[in-house]
Amino acid sequence: MTTVINVPPSLDDASFEQVLEQLAPVPADARILIDARHARWASPYGLTALLTLAQSRAEQPALTVPENDETASYWARTGFFKHAAELFELHGHVPRARGGESSVLLEITPITRSEDVHEVVGRIQQKAQQILAHELNIDAKATVGFAMTLSEVCQNIVEHAGRGGWVAVQTYRWTKRLGRRVVQIAVADAGIGFRASLESLPGFVRDDRWDDAAALEAALIRGTSRFRDRGRGQGLAGARRYVGRWDGKLSIRSGTARIAIVPSWDEDVPMQEKLAPLAGAQVQVTIPERVVDQRSGGTAR
Amino acid sequence: MMQHIDVSSVLRQAVACDLYSNLVTRPTGAAVRAQIQALLRERPARERPLTILDFTHVRMIDFSCADEVIAKLVLPYCDGEAGAEAYFLFRGVSEEHWDAIEAVLERHELALVLEEEGALRVAGVLGDDERRAWAALHELGGGDAAEVAMALAAAGAAIPASDAERVLARLHRRRLVMRLDDGFYLPVGSTVRRDV
Repeated sequence: MTTVINVPPSLDDASFEQVLEQLAPVPADARILIDARHARWASPYGLTALLTLAQSRAEQPALTVPENDETASYWARTGFFKHAAELFELHGHVPRARGGESSVLLEITPITRSEDVHEVVGRIQQKAQQILAHELNIDAKATVGFAMTLSEVCQNIVEHAGRGGWVAVQTYRWTKRLGRRVVQIAVADAGIGFRASLESLPGFVRDDRWDDAAALEAALIRGTSRFRDRGRGQGLAGARRYVGRWDGKLSIRSGTARIAIVPSWDEDVPMQEKLAPLAGAQVQVTIPERVVDQRSGGTAR
Repeated sequence: MMQHIDVSSVLRQAVACDLYSNLVTRPTGAAVRAQIQALLRERPARERPLTILDFTHVRMIDFSCADEVIAKLVLPYCDGEAGAEAYFLFRGVSEEHWDAIEAVLERHELALVLEEEGALRVAGVLGDDERRAWAALHELGGGDAAEVAMALAAAGAAIPASDAERVLARLHRRRLVMRLDDGFYLPVGSTVRRDV
């Protein structure tokens, strides 16, 4: 028997929870069909999360391609189908990827080794300055911090996940939520997740409070790492600092919890617990366009 | 002669790829550090133990790499575990590099001597007494504890010579000043301009 998992019309970090809730009661070795026919939009988080979902299944899942040509074409331009073809049994018309998508800063790229991180950082630097400075009014100096953040979140996969993952970077206009353009980094893996990674710390002692939420809090807020080395655990702290400086948002979903550094423009909650289980980890970084306030002599906010 | 190490050249050798100009990822940082340590070992014994680490051609450095290339390189010398003398002057460190480097210095409570447009300054985690003593010593172009105590007194921050000696000894342990045999101290980098 095949269980059908419906993809919501708008697939992002919030609505992907609906996918996970449908999946929760289904055994890992059961056959599933991801029905994306009615999908109209997907964030880089949504697309990378779909790929990791396929990686986490014991049996190859099937996926039906969005019926909307524009949507399917966009998914192709992000590189989704190139990777999905190896992970899913695809049904429906898969359009050919055509270039010229300026909003895709970095198409969906596999991350398995440190060399992949070098490639990704090198590629993003060329486009990021143009996009951040000219489209998002962010200081050109922020490009370096953006690349550093990208590097650190990708390294989390290589060092902690235990298997490869995916990264994608994209800009788009968040009309309803913010009324501004944003640039978004999505990194996802179907690895061991934050809790299991920290539990592998030598001499780790589990207390009554220890769970996925506690693990996320330890990693993001206290910079705890599974390595004893004092220099470890700085990557996410650095990403957090960068996001804070540019009024951005950082969220991490792993296991049954989700933690977020929430800016004033967003109504998200800092911690969600008892969510549907998620294999591995998903990190999202959102940097919004800076609005130049003409009345205050050009001060950005 | 002091040793000059172009970190971007070391990076290209370490990762065997001309395309990489970014110091990113922990394995890359560890490989670059190993290469720098090998170059330090090759230094002739008669040479001054001062090495210029030149970041001018490094495009960016991330936190993991800064931890490997800077903190793990310098720490053994500060802790006396390296088994040799070495001092480091950091050249070409830009504002873009600084975010990652500063975070690493804070994490390990380290400080560095930076050369910026020919001028020297200390940066990182330092006490006020260390900062003042380093500045006084730099202004003097080198000196002993008594001279530093006098310079500090002239600047309105008087401390006894014995305290000045303690602070200078701490700065020496932290690889921010060099100590000559006769109790004469030199700020790291001063030797670049002054032959002693």
